[in-house]
Amino acid sequence: MKFLCVECDRQMAFEERQLPGDGTLAAAFRCPQCGRVVALLTNPMETQLVASLGVKIGGATLPPQPLEMVRGMVTTGRDDAFEDGARSPGSGVRWSDEAAERLARVPGFVRGMVKRIYADYAKDRGIAEITPAVMDTARNELGLEGM
Amino acid sequence: MPLNIRTYHDLTEPDRSGLAGQIGAQRRRVAERLATVARVGAVMSGKGGVGKSFVTAHLARALARAGRAVGVLDADLNGPTAPQLLRLPVAGCTSHDGAIEPAVSPEGVRCFSMALLLEDGRPLAFRGPEAESFVWRGTLEAAALREFLADVAWGRLDLLLVDLPPGMQRFAELAELLPEPPPVIAVTIPTQQSEDAVRRALHAARDRGAPCLGVIENMAGGPFAGDAADALAGEFGIPVLARVPFHPTDDVWDALVPKVESSL
Repeated sequence: MKFLCVECDRQMAFEERQLPGDGTLAAAFRCPQCGRVVALLTNPMETQLVASLGVKIGGATLPPQPLEMVRGMVTTGRDDAFEDGARSPGSGVRWSDEAAERLARVPGFVRGMVKRIYADYAKDRGIAEITPAVMDTARNELGLEGM
Repeated sequence: MPLNIRTYHDLTEPDRSGLAGQIGAQRRRVAERLATVARVGAVMSGKGGVGKSFVTAHLARALARAGRAVGVLDADLNGPTAPQLLRLPVAGCTSHDGAIEPAVSPEGVRCFSMALLLEDGRPLAFRGPEAESFVWRGTLEAAALREFLADVAWGRLDLLLVDLPPGMQRFAELAELLPEPPPVIAVTIPTQQSEDAVRRALHAARDRGAPCLGVIENMAGGPFAGDAADALAGEFGIPVLARVPFHPTDDVWDALVPKVESSL
């Protein structure tokens, strides 16, 4: 998928991805010549199709997680299906009370994977404490459409 | 005056999304995971209710009794039964080195199945817009199959049996995901209806270039009339590997092992 700034006849560069709500996936592209920014917006079904393929618009942002699609998309999974789904946020990077509470609301089926992704994100960026704001930023930045 | 729009390939800067590259990476992950699996075989029929899962599980158990390293991938995502048939212990899945450990039966059969993940009695359901679920559900199921192949630590196996659901769609997905179409073992019951359905499935497998190893007639000698296995074997030039009666003993399955191994 490429975007062309027709006026400048230049290929636009991927700028950022956002999940603004209601199932929309937004990918912004900027023209390197004139600076114009356009955003591709997918409707919920298109977002779902992209997620179904296990691909990320804007490129892969994470190393593959085992059973990533299954864990992110199945809604009838058992809470105790994976032993990493324990309710405690665990050790390593610190979690604020609000972030831990938010993590505890994630279904047990996917919680262990989500926890690992946020913790790795924080470690990679030298973030000492995971807060809801960090989670929001990571979710957008990493394109966690399924989580 | 029409706009001057160039083609995708005219634009030479890299495509940051690289969707084709991402799909390619998924396929490589499958190939790398299965590099330690000597053979993959598909058990199919095209028909529901003929006992594919029953045959798969008992064949796997017999192979394990014969000292083979064997795995079962339960590709029937909506009606998974392999864990019960293999008598798998109930336990949460663990992961090591980026892969999920398969469950292991008392005989040593390694298995992964959607039944290990779903709440008891609940159907496989996906998050997403319900109104158009027919558009994306098949893609999600194919992705689940890919992840079962790529993300389960199958380890060194002599044979990985893939228990396919009725119909041919999952076989097509499997053939697409593997480096080459897997050899198939067809399961039928003696009836004409089963014969018709299995014939279509065998043609579909053969059309995709998959070797057909043979046919197993399940529920033989019972109330069902017909000679489906013999008819299919003659038509496709394949052996009848076994006729499995109702309530088969281990001897029946043990006798199947050398026939399957010699046909692979």
